[in-house]
Amino acid sequence: MQVKSLISITDFTKAEYLKIMRLAEDFEANPNQKLLQGKVIATLFFEPSTRTRLSFETAINRLGGKIIGFSDSSSSSVSKGETLHDTIRMVSNYADMIIMRHPLEGSARYASEVSSVPVINAGDGANQHPSQTLLDMYSIVKTQGSLDNINLFLVGDLKYGRTVHSLIMALLQFENPIFNFIAPPELALPNEYKIHLTEKKILYFEHSEFTEIINAADIIYMTRVQKERFIDPVEYEKVKNIYILRNEMLKNTKPNMKILHPLPRINEIHTDVDSNPKAYYFTQAKNGVYTRMAIIAHLLNLK
Amino acid sequence: MQKHLKVSAIKDGTVIDHIPTKALFKVIKILKLEECIQMVTFGNNLDSKAMGTKAIIKIANRYFANEEVNKIALVAPHAKLNIIRDYNVVEKKVVEIPKEIKGIVHCFNPKCITNGEQVTTRFEILSDKPIAMKCYYCEKITNENEMIFF
Repeated sequence: MQVKSLISITDFTKAEYLKIMRLAEDFEANPNQKLLQGKVIATLFFEPSTRTRLSFETAINRLGGKIIGFSDSSSSSVSKGETLHDTIRMVSNYADMIIMRHPLEGSARYASEVSSVPVINAGDGANQHPSQTLLDMYSIVKTQGSLDNINLFLVGDLKYGRTVHSLIMALLQFENPIFNFIAPPELALPNEYKIHLTEKKILYFEHSEFTEIINAADIIYMTRVQKERFIDPVEYEKVKNIYILRNEMLKNTKPNMKILHPLPRINEIHTDVDSNPKAYYFTQAKNGVYTRMAIIAHLLNLK
Repeated sequence: MQKHLKVSAIKDGTVIDHIPTKALFKVIKILKLEECIQMVTFGNNLDSKAMGTKAIIKIANRYFANEEVNKIALVAPHAKLNIIRDYNVVEKKVVEIPKEIKGIVHCFNPKCITNGEQVTTRFEILSDKPIAMKCYYCEKITNENEMIFF
């Protein structure tokens, strides 16, 4: 039986992205719709993730569903050596949907092959985390009115940041995106994405300076520059304070510009930005609940 | 001068020629010839005008579907197949790198599920010269110089 899962952001078509946006808006207006009454959803977190798990579980609760699962593989039979294959086979007999996070890359795709019910990938190692991208897109739609003609500035770790890569791939489905990449050379966007953008004749600019160039932005998408990504700690020390967004830098940015961040933030957005109306990252996290309600409803054909 | 065959002729079957010498045993493994009950003869480090040295395999009474033999294209991209019937070459084929590869090669990514559990690897071929293939599971790209065969 072929069931629809969400493993990578590219699994969805443009029409599906737009449907998720519409449903998320609907759920935001009416958050308590008991569409999951009588349904059981499994949340299998083979590695801990408080934020994503709580967001999904809130979405399920708002939809009136019941939750089974674990938040740490040490409390499951995985600690006894059970394979992912067997865990998924078993759980897909119990639940109507599986939402999983797993440290191995490709684990969610494999689970979707083994499972008889839809699987949502809530993060497979450094690979994919599509519900994050959809909530980023919903945040862009809500604040900019559209996903077309967005001038997007991506800042920080563009090499390893999976949310960055997925957001680029998703926005390629829409009209005239402009991408600006601001990153230290060690964490620059991988060439494969640049080649892809060039092939698609999409405008992009690369910068290593984080300056007033951001004044052209509709969205600034901040990510963390992590120390462990650098082979040479001296290189990290050189750049660690360069990619910090401060309130004074926002003076001449567009009035409707919004700052997004997948969170958790460490120091890359100074706390003096938090009270600026352009700071949107906490609302963005809230949007995650409505977006995840939309994804669940779509995959289970409830809407 | 009398021509002397280094690997004896077969009456019916398949001859796989122009195999790089280092790839001979990989080809045997990929085509599962160690399990073949027909007569299999092979020669390695044979003189070749085009390649310097080469390997050759002759498999009696056995013919291969294109998708089966194309699997060896990863290790022997210039291999040529002669289909033999009654000592005559009745058809010649060249191997082609398929669009998708299942099994055969490991994913280079140590954090890929295929290296963590018993999952058959599966790749989409992105380019054939040099070979670059994208893992269906972890979506990472394994390049030619990173290929490790099962």
